Amino acid sequence: MLNRKEILETINMVEKEHFDVRTITMGISLLSCIRNSASETATLCYDKICKKAQNIVAVANELSEEYGIPIINKRVSITPASMLTASFPGEEVVLAKALDRAAKEIGVDFLGGYSALVHKGMTSFERSFIESIPEALSVTERMCSSVNVGTSKSGINMDAVKLMGETIVKTAQITRDKDGLGCAKLVVFCNAVEDNPFMAGAFHGVGEGETVINVGVSGPGVVHHALKHVKGQRLDEVAETIKKTAFKITRAGQLIAKEASKRLCAEFGIVDLSLAPTPVMGDSVAHILEEVGLDSVGAHGTTAVLAMLNDAVKKGGVMASGHVGGLSGAFIPVSEDIGMINAAKSGAISLSKLEAMTAVCSVGIDMVAIPGDTPASTISGMIADEMAIGMINNKTTAVRVIPVPGKTVGENVEFGGLLGNAPIMAVSPYGCSDFINRGGRMPAPIHSNKN
Amino acid sequence: MRAIVTVIGKDKSGIIAKVSTLLAEKNVNIEDISQTIVQGNFTMLMLCDLSDATLNLKEIKQELSILGEKIGVSIHVQHEDVFNVMHKI
Repeated sequence: MLNRKEILETINMVEKEHFDVRTITMGISLLSCIRNSASETATLCYDKICKKAQNIVAVANELSEEYGIPIINKRVSITPASMLTASFPGEEVVLAKALDRAAKEIGVDFLGGYSALVHKGMTSFERSFIESIPEALSVTERMCSSVNVGTSKSGINMDAVKLMGETIVKTAQITRDKDGLGCAKLVVFCNAVEDNPFMAGAFHGVGEGETVINVGVSGPGVVHHALKHVKGQRLDEVAETIKKTAFKITRAGQLIAKEASKRLCAEFGIVDLSLAPTPVMGDSVAHILEEVGLDSVGAHGTTAVLAMLNDAVKKGGVMASGHVGGLSGAFIPVSEDIGMINAAKSGAISLSKLEAMTAVCSVGIDMVAIPGDTPASTISGMIADEMAIGMINNKTTAVRVIPVPGKTVGENVEFGGLLGNAPIMAVSPYGCSDFINRGGRMPAPIHSNKN
Repeated sequence: MRAIVTVIGKDKSGIIAKVSTLLAEKNVNIEDISQTIVQGNFTMLMLCDLSDATLNLKEIKQELSILGEKIGVSIHVQHEDVFNVMHKI
């Protein structure tokens, strides 16, 4: 039976409201490629990625054609690379270059997993690995890096927080000819998830199988459009509408994920039901919040509306997919969302408000440009704050900030493409270096002791 | 496999004839059809069976899109599953 209303609704979602599957990400375990030498390990990793993911782009294009839903990104995530480089500290960049070559060979736009998990302690090879990140990001184009420095279960590794502040500054300096672009591909996490399909924070966790397909759906434009039909109605109606819309878009994601895993001979992992904005008009999470009734994102009330949005997206999506995972919620990157960019430019939103928002949404301080002369200890302080929010609230939080070399508040930076552009935002002029230099481990919260 | 063919555009004579002739030539069976005018726009939905078609989905899409351009309508072809999963529990 043809149902005209439903068919046209789907077509309009794609044609007019930017509905798409944001990413098909293949997670590949590289544990079988570990050898004693950098060159041998790099060669095996390259070969395995190229073999397992050789058809990912072709299959994604085929599915997009068949189902009429655009699939924007095709990506690969790998076993945290610090585990692969343990026996050759100091030569990590050999592997980084091989990963980048593999990404180019199979035609994916990003490969994630140049990562380390140091939330409780840090071995000498992990320290060496983290120290290789700035160079690795400067000699590669498509590789993304992330470091997990805290969990609700283990607390926060403050030595790693200090090191990551320094690593972000170094990465910005070494990629200064591109306005510190390397930092856009470097995320610091608390409670990092092992099956996140979104970049820059994707990696293939050690608890995962050999080859897994994780799919990230999106659709801020679809939710925004749906909310235009409930103008002025009570919030109960708003939440219901978001739920119903999230259900529909996640179901499409689930269909694509199932088919993709079948055709790529991989396990189906999860569907990540996130509202991920892009800088184009009509694809903004900020505009959804404004549709609910804020003059601008950043106004008082923003955190409350975002909390409701994030929760309703999860509730609608959970029923639509057999396995929900990843980050699942609403993303609030500044440079990648036209509504956020405008609010930052007009001064409607500040870093403090963004920090508050991260307590109720699925990510953290994301794609925020800050002055190039921000001290490393101040960046570590920002990281520590975010990690604390994640640790106490049992949720993933992240920091992806770009201290743009040579630029300061009032100037703009253009990263291009999906990474967008952003005004430089002010950080607190008050320091916290004595706190950061203490080092050590912040104990896990009392409510983590559930056994 | 079954697909939904959607034809949307300015109303004029011969749209149904031209689209269904093309489908018949490619041995595509039309199982259900619904057509209406919404706000001056011609809207036609067809449920088609492609199991015995002489072309694959991609080629049929291309042929229909060329025809659509010629007669001034936009034609989409999508696997029916996408509508089933999005709108039915």
